[in-house]
Amino acid sequence: MTALWFTLLIPFSSSVLLGLFGQHPAARRFNFQAAAAAFAASVWLAWTVLQNGPIGGSSDSAGSQFYIDSFNVYLIVLTAFVGASTALFSQPYMARELAAGHVTEKRLRLYHASYQGFLFTMQLALSTNNLGVLWVAMEGATLATVLLVSLYRTPQAIEAAWKYFIICGVGIALALFGTVLLYFAAAQVIPDPEQALLWSELARHSAELKPVVLAIAFVFLLVGYGTKVGLVPMHSWLPDAHSEGPTPMSAVLSGLLLNVALYALVRLKILTDGSLAAHPDAHDPHLAGYLMMGFGLLSFIVAGLFLHRQRDIKRLYSYSSIEHMGLMTFAFGLGGPLATFAALLHMTVHSLTKSAIFITVGHAAHIAGTQAMSNIRGLIRTQPAVGWGLLIGTVAISGFPPFGVFVSEFLLLTATIHSQPWFALPLLLGLGIAFAGLFRHLHPIVYGEQPEGQEGVAVNMWPVAVHLVLVLWLGLAIPGFLAHWFDQATILISGQGVL
Amino acid sequence: MLAFLPLYQQAILSLAAMILFTSFVLLAQNGVLAIIHVFAWQGLLVAVTTAFVAFDSGAGHLYFSALMTITLKVIFIPWLLHRLVRRLGIDRETHSVERPARVLMSAAALVVFCYYVAQPIQQYSAALTRNTIAISMSVVMLGMLMLITRRKAVSQVIGFMSLENGLFFAAVSATHGMPMFVELGIAFDVLVAAVIFGVFFFHIRDSIDSLDVGQLNRLAERDE
Amino acid sequence: MKIWALALLQSTAFVLLAPLFAGWVKWVKCRLQNRRPPPLAQPYRDLWKLFGKEALLSHNASILFRIVPYIVAGATLLAAAVVPLLAVNLPTAAIADVIVLTGFFALARFFLALAGMDVGTAFGGMGSSREMTISALAEPAMLLAVFTLAMVAASTNLSTVIEQVLSDGLVLRPSLLFALLAMCLVAVAETGRIPVDNPATHLELTMIHEAMILEYSGRHLALIEWAAQLKLMIYGVLIANIFFPWGIATTPTPVALLVAVAAITAKLSILGVLLATGESVLAKMRLFRVPAFLLLALTLGFVGLLSHIILEIR
Repeated sequence: MTALWFTLLIPFSSSVLLGLFGQHPAARRFNFQAAAAAFAASVWLAWTVLQNGPIGGSSDSAGSQFYIDSFNVYLIVLTAFVGASTALFSQPYMARELAAGHVTEKRLRLYHASYQGFLFTMQLALSTNNLGVLWVAMEGATLATVLLVSLYRTPQAIEAAWKYFIICGVGIALALFGTVLLYFAAAQVIPDPEQALLWSELARHSAELKPVVLAIAFVFLLVGYGTKVGLVPMHSWLPDAHSEGPTPMSAVLSGLLLNVALYALVRLKILTDGSLAAHPDAHDPHLAGYLMMGFGLLSFIVAGLFLHRQRDIKRLYSYSSIEHMGLMTFAFGLGGPLATFAALLHMTVHSLTKSAIFITVGHAAHIAGTQAMSNIRGLIRTQPAVGWGLLIGTVAISGFPPFGVFVSEFLLLTATIHSQPWFALPLLLGLGIAFAGLFRHLHPIVYGEQPEGQEGVAVNMWPVAVHLVLVLWLGLAIPGFLAHWFDQATILISGQGVL
Repeated sequence: MLAFLPLYQQAILSLAAMILFTSFVLLAQNGVLAIIHVFAWQGLLVAVTTAFVAFDSGAGHLYFSALMTITLKVIFIPWLLHRLVRRLGIDRETHSVERPARVLMSAAALVVFCYYVAQPIQQYSAALTRNTIAISMSVVMLGMLMLITRRKAVSQVIGFMSLENGLFFAAVSATHGMPMFVELGIAFDVLVAAVIFGVFFFHIRDSIDSLDVGQLNRLAERDE
Repeated sequence: MKIWALALLQSTAFVLLAPLFAGWVKWVKCRLQNRRPPPLAQPYRDLWKLFGKEALLSHNASILFRIVPYIVAGATLLAAAVVPLLAVNLPTAAIADVIVLTGFFALARFFLALAGMDVGTAFGGMGSSREMTISALAEPAMLLAVFTLAMVAASTNLSTVIEQVLSDGLVLRPSLLFALLAMCLVAVAETGRIPVDNPATHLELTMIHEAMILEYSGRHLALIEWAAQLKLMIYGVLIANIFFPWGIATTPTPVALLVAVAAITAKLSILGVLLATGESVLAKMRLFRVPAFLLLALTLGFVGLLSHIILEIR
């Protein structure tokens, strides 16, 4: 429990501190130090959970408000890790933005406070046991990041932020409606109203929940949280918000926010499945799964096609994020141990790879002085570290062996052929489309003719290197404890393990 | 059946119908200030209904929720919007609704749709307010419709907040409110959202010299 | 037989009292606007005067133009016979229901619009086209309100509806509340009162109803004026007796009838005051705003219908 408090309170208090003193020059370093400390606390938390089993969820104490099992603890560690490494990257990046006059000291204070505030809401959403608090935290994440998207105050940035605010606001409102319906169903089974929104309680009673209500609630929740996942057709905020905000923000939005929203969906799918499976005559027991498969596949294909017509490099990779979130949603929807295992692995590797790519893209945009892909050329000659980083990152995200993305996609394909063979075709097709879409743009960026006078910039490639090495490692050999960990989570979600 | 209910329970149902009507009025209203006023009325109706439901069900914490709604949605947010609108000098502007007949027809269709969606849910509740679930869902949907059909930032914000009203009303009518601290969290989020919206008005005005968010279209995916 | 006599009496009272109601509205309006009011019997004098005058016809007026006043007056008279003024359960009420009532109005309006165009003057045609535009929007709203009533009482017969509302006692029905509001707006539009039309003006650009009947004179004009007064009274009685039916006689005993007379007098007086007040505080709206006004009535009617289905059926 102590470790959990540390994980939550470090980002919270540093958000407050940075809100007060964020313009101080030391704030950039403090931002990283706080994120690193939170990461250490999360590792401690993970260690405790792995040793002693789930934390919280008991029905008597105040601890019932939190529930940490092997599913969310690994996401907590991942969130803290990506948060810390992006904070490390943000130090030189924001210094450069400040020097270039894109931001002022005052906005930097806002930036740092929001960054930590965002990390806090993410950890709160992951660790809470209360579905109402989960909603509050998800909405809080929007509120914390919306002013970051408009940080540069350009008309485009304002537009992106407005879209982000409105679309996510409406989406999340629908999720609240779903939550109300869920509470309605729970209130008839669980007498204590304070307990009726606790996930652990709901999971215990899921077979008694009314399937009709749950089915309707899940549709609302899927559309609601699906907006935050970036599922097509509710995705239109995502490329805008990612491309117009500061690059560290794009990295954490892509690497963390989408994951957490998907996490919320999976938790709710478990409840819905529990209820529908107990009453097979009311609805198709796989309703939730089918819905997620449909939305996932649609997002996967549409985003893959959109990759081809992008001109802005950050938009390109945000569409790639939509594509991968679609893939994960499909995998969770498919259900079964193998697909679930693949989805969990994919969540990890995508998050690591995508944040690494966004970090590299931020440097590349600094080198070229623009985000327009037609003007970013010959990176590998100007600054080999950035060029190679972008190349390897893109290779990894496209699912080439020996990177981790390949493993998870391969596992997913295997699972698909096993249970729904016809879906393997669009999956393979989509992977091909996405691959072509990424590489037709990447080739000139990395290898093209280098414009005259293009010079390298001070970069910090350590986060990129660490992320990509981790992804490579996961591709070559998943460490035993991690595989065991994923397997635990798989058992939680799909009922049986792979190992 | 209605005739056998006590008067305050009949009042709850009538108030629910009036809330739905304010949603319709919001959809068709033109003047900026008029929209803000109708929104405040809607908040007041929701709060009064909540107080009645609290009296009916004996759920004491609902009085507190009603009070919170009054402070937040009847006083604070309309006051904030009023002030912003006057400071931005757009209080005499009209936000004309394009094709009001079509908007109202789709609104009516949405209400019917909500009725059908809510129908299977209602049968599991014995509470008096179960019939208002469909109404609250309609308010949510009509708020969304307002967001879609309006082009001006202020009207969109009102649509968003009216949607929130619908959600709150849904919680009240389906389950007599959410647990207290969830409700506090939601209220806090709404408050922060309102303030951020205010900040945004100035940003948008500074960047495009008007609050017509229809002009925000630089980022749309378009053909080369 | 006695009951038929009563029905006849009621219809006669309706017809005879209609100018009085119109006079009352005018009287209150004058008082509210600090003018010296005409005597209450002024409408009767006007009608008397008009009946005594020669009816001038334009050269190209067809036969239609001549018979329309009788059709209009006849249809409105029939409509008045259907509406319970003093007592329910009268045999005339069983002949036709509320949908037929709207039909009578539509019939009268149709012929009036034809007559407006018959002579071929610019004003007549303009008035007809405006009248039809407004009624095309007002009629659906009226019907929605009527359907709401019909669903609440499970009948379209006015007498049954009133009895149902009476037997329910004081019930706060959201559906009836909205139906009442819709009905009021429709009544204002259909009887040509402010803010839709101004019955007291002949300003060429704004008039609607007056433009149609500009070519009429003498007894023809008297009949049409009388029909218009009757129509106003019918709407007044509809609103008063459907939504606030207390006092109406359910049995044809003298005491009950006396109570009913007192009740309807009080109700109509109040309604008249309300109408006059509304006309005094509101300005006539531009013609292009009228569709929005009637759209509001339509919305009200629709919300009433929906709230009956959603809220009142359990």
